[in-house]
Order: sequence, then structure tokens, then C-alpha cells
Amino acid sequence: MTSVVARRQPAFGPRAARIGLYVFLAVSAIFFLLPLLLVIMNSLKPMEEIRQGNLLALPINPNFDAWVSAWQSACTGLDCAGVRPGLWNSIKITIPSVVISTLAGALNGYALGQWKSRHANMIMLLVTVGLFIPYQAMLYPTVKILSNVGLFRTYAGIVFVHVIYGLPYTTLLFRNFYVGIPDEISRAARMEGARFLRTFWSIILPISTNILVVVAILQFTGIWNDYLLGLIFAGNDNLPMTVQLTNIVGNSRGAANPNVNMAAALITAIPTLVVYFLSGRYFVRGIAAGAVKG
Amino acid sequence: MSSISLRQIKKSFGALTILHSVDMEIDKGEFIVILGPSGCGKSTLLNVIAGLDACDEGQIVIEGKDVSGLEPSERGLAMVFQSYALFPAMTVRRNLSFGMEIAGTPKATVVEKVAWVAKLLQIEALLDRKPAQLSGGQRQRVAIGRALVRSSSICLFDEPLSNLDAKLRAETRVELKQLHETLGSTMIYVTHDQIEAMTMADRVAVMHKGKVEQFAHPQSIYEKPASLFVAGFVGSPAMNFIDGRLDGSGRFLTGDIAIGTDAYAFEERQPSGEIVLGIRCEDVTVVDRGAPESIPASLAFTELLGADALGWFDCLGKRLSVRLGIKAARSMRKEVGLRFDMSKASLFSRASERRL
Repeated sequence: MTSVVARRQPAFGPRAARIGLYVFLAVSAIFFLLPLLLVIMNSLKPMEEIRQGNLLALPINPNFDAWVSAWQSACTGLDCAGVRPGLWNSIKITIPSVVISTLAGALNGYALGQWKSRHANMIMLLVTVGLFIPYQAMLYPTVKILSNVGLFRTYAGIVFVHVIYGLPYTTLLFRNFYVGIPDEISRAARMEGARFLRTFWSIILPISTNILVVVAILQFTGIWNDYLLGLIFAGNDNLPMTVQLTNIVGNSRGAANPNVNMAAALITAIPTLVVYFLSGRYFVRGIAAGAVKG
Repeated sequence: MSSISLRQIKKSFGALTILHSVDMEIDKGEFIVILGPSGCGKSTLLNVIAGLDACDEGQIVIEGKDVSGLEPSERGLAMVFQSYALFPAMTVRRNLSFGMEIAGTPKATVVEKVAWVAKLLQIEALLDRKPAQLSGGQRQRVAIGRALVRSSSICLFDEPLSNLDAKLRAETRVELKQLHETLGSTMIYVTHDQIEAMTMADRVAVMHKGKVEQFAHPQSIYEKPASLFVAGFVGSPAMNFIDGRLDGSGRFLTGDIAIGTDAYAFEERQPSGEIVLGIRCEDVTVVDRGAPESIPASLAFTELLGADALGWFDCLGKRLSVRLGIKAARSMRKEVGLRFDMSKASLFSRASERRL
């Protein structure tokens, strides 16, 4: 990006262009980071400081009381155990949903990329339509179907719903990645005696690292941050963190504790932040690859 | 017994017919080149033989067994692809052993075979590299190695040299030919490059619009092309063509010139009517204007090619090429006569475009 800017506008001098670029980037970063900074600052304040009403003031006596409260004693409706019980629920919902929807999307995408016929394009079109229909429109039928097969408000049910709702997206991303891989590789594998699944597993998956990481991250953030599906389909024993977070924030009993609310929000967001930090490079690379080849 | 026989192979994609009834008998140990311009169906034919594409009609018999309905790996053949198609995430060693791994070949045999093929192709030093770390020529060798390692008796090549630079291509051509002689396997090689066809093949099948126009030894394809298409496609510069007509006494008439065809060996008896005379540039001699049995022509320009030269003459409203010695080309007069060696000419029917 920098080199493009520098090359296109040599008249201003590459150095000036570069400085301008960094200023722009810094301003954008501050713009996007400011809310996060405010949330962190206020989560570290005790209630007395909050009551003074200055949201922008730095904490005078920073402490983690609000965090501790959010973690283990804030009230989510009748229970007062913080967001802690939701953490494990979120993990056990998110991990299998991400793994299954990503791998199934890869398999689907590869199959659709390989299948050269009008029917394949038709099916791909239908899959894409699935992307444009809002969740809310599909909620009622999904509830009906799941309760008919006895999966409504169960652990298996919520994982199933996440996988199904994720598939159009993952399939599309993988298919667009796989149509960029030369056909001859699959044909060569077939000459060597490898059948479809063997080719997929031994030859195609090992060259899909970038796109696997991208799709897994997108699915992880999507499913971890999901509130609506968790609330409806998970059942009381499996409510994810996001539902508990909302209950804390929306709890009408007693006084509002903004510092606890902010701490709870941060605790809930930590896993997605960690995932982004650890895999940011793959993410950018994969998005670029998908964009060029799609 | 023939190694491969193709019987009335037909293939279409939708309304587009790619192969119109292809028949071919290939003997054991032959090096066959399928030659044709792009879009003539040669790669499709190869894929049909390999089993990667199914044919709509017809039969493929390999070593006496009808394999038409079998998977590629069950047909006992190997294939080298144009883009090499090495498996990117695997080392060269695993690329070579992958097929045997799937077939469940014992470990010791796999190691032995990989070592054998690595030595044969001199890729021992590359075995632990990934394809991305190899040059084009090295990838090419690995791809050939992968095809040879399972010691299939039949090897298919889909334009394997077209991604190499000119020098490497010439070297690999010679090596492939030697490899064929060493191993004695049957090879079918698809290309659009007539030099590869002429130098490597035991027999060449020239394809055009989904049909085999001629299937013969390369020299007879050059000397006695079976159709107008083959005559024009094979040879550089292209064969000279002159439109005319054959009269009842067997003379070729064009404009107000008549050329006797006594020296020409007709395949049909007493043909007549509209025909095309084809003559290669080396079968034309330059004589004095007005010499008997000659056609007046005037020199347009000459091209010096190093070893010899080409003279381009305007004659009968066409531009004809004539191969000349360097000396003759330098001192060529403008107004001359051309004499055709009719024993080496080719005559084609205008209507059917077949050789007469």
C-alpha cells in the first residue's frame, strides 16, 4: 500500500507521502481504539469515580474490583455468579461449531469447485442465496424443525444450528479459493489412484492453510459473538457468555454498575481479541488471496 | 498384439462434438505422437484414454482388456501433465511415492523404486525439496519420474515440454526419446509442435477437428500427406499450394500452363476435375525463364537462414517458397522459371481435400 502511494505521487516527494500516510493511519487507529480505551478505563474505576460522571477522566484509584465482580458475582437474572458459567458454555459451543462448519465448508467448496456442470453453478447460486436471507427470517422454521427432531434447546441443537447457518459462508469462501487451484492437480491425484476424499485430505487440505485460518477466524468471531441463536437454541444449561453479558447489562434489579458492565463486556471479548492478535497475518493474507481469486 | 486399441471413440461436450469416431491401433513399445492445432481434440483424446474423461461412445482396449468403464488408476497407465501438477505440499519423495502408498505397495519396494527413478532422472539431490523450490526443468523431471515410478507399461504425455524454454526443450526431447528406448514402454505424446512430432515419434497421428487425418510414420506424413490439412500443417515453411484442374489426359492445368503428371503416383485411378497441387519448397528448382515444363515466376525477396535460404517467388498469383543454396540466393535474378519435381508433389481433390 505504502509503495503504491509513493509510486503514484512522486511529485509530492515519497517522504511527504509516507508521513501523510502514517498520520492518516494513526488517526484511524485512534478513532477505532478510543471506545475500547474508554471501556478499559472505566472498567478499572470504582463506583465513586463513575458517579462523578466524567467518562473521559483517567481512573484515580485503578483496581480490578469490577472485573472480579463481573467474573464471579454479578447478577444475571436470578443467579449471581457473573459471566463465569457462560465461558465454558461458549467454548464448548464455539469449538465444535467452528471445526465442523470450516471442514464441511472446505469439503463442500472443493466438491462444488470440481463439479463442472450447470447444476453445480445452480447449487452454488442457491448456497449464495442462503447468505442473503437474514437469520431472523429463518428462526421460526428452524425452531419448528429442531423441536420436531428433539434437538430444540439442547447442546447438539445449538452446534447444529451454528454449523448449518455457517455453511453457505464457508462453502462460498472455500469454493472461491479452490477454483483458483489448477484442475490438473486433482487429475494427477486421480491418476495416482487417489479417490475424492483421499485427494481432498492428502493434497488439497495441506495447501489450504491460509483460507482455513481465515474461515476459522471468521467463524470463531461470528459464533463466539452470537447472541440471538444462543439465546433461542442453546437451552438454559448451555447459555453462552454473550447471553449472560446481556443479562448483566440489562439487569433491572438494584443500581446500574457501568464499571461491572464494561468489565463483563471486556471479559467476553478477550478470546476473539486473542485470536485476532495471534493470527492477524494469516487473516490479511487469506482475505487478499480470496479477493484476488474470487 | 496391439498394446492399445481405440475403437470409434466419440465425445461431445453439450452440442459441441470434440471427437468424431477416432480409431487407432497402437503397438507395444511404440512412441506415438498426437499432433494437431489447439482445439483439435488431441488433449481430450488423451484424457479419454487416461480415463479422466469418459467417452460417449466407443471402446478402449488396453492389452486385450476393455477398460472403457475403469478408473484411471485401474488402467495401468501413467500421465505427465502440461503444468506438471506436482502435489505442492509434498516433498519430491512423497510426490513420487504417493501413488504406491495408495496402492499399498510394501515400504521396501517403494524406497527401492523411488531410488531407481531418482537415479534414472538424476533428481536424487532434490528428493527432500518441495515443488515450489524447484526450477521448471526440475519440476518437469519430477513429473516424468512420478509417471515412471510405478513402472506402468503405458505412459501418456500432455504437451509436457511446452512450459520449458527452447534450449531445455531440445535437451528434454532427446532425453525423453532415450528414456523410451531404455524402458521400452508404450508412450503417447500430445503436442502441437511438429518438430517434437517429427523427431520423437515412431508414428504420428495428425488430428483436425476431432478426426485423425493421418496416422503414419513421420517421414511419410511429411512426404505423402493424406489430406490438404496435413500438408499445410506439417512442414515449415508450409507447403506451396496451387489451384488447378486435371484434364482427361492427366495434365495439371492452371491458368494457361499445363504440367504433366506422369511422374506422380496416383492412389486413385483416373481422377479428374478441380484439384490442388501441393509442392514442398525443396522440391522446386529454379530454371531459366521459358525452359520446358517450367512456370514463369518473379522473385519477391529472399530469406537467409544460415545453412540455406528461402526464395519467395510470385507465381500464378500466389507466393511460393523455394529452398535455395546461399550462393544461389545471393545471385538470384528477378525473372526466372520454376520447375516442380512431380514425383514428390502431392495432389489433392478440391472437393474432398483428400490425397489423389
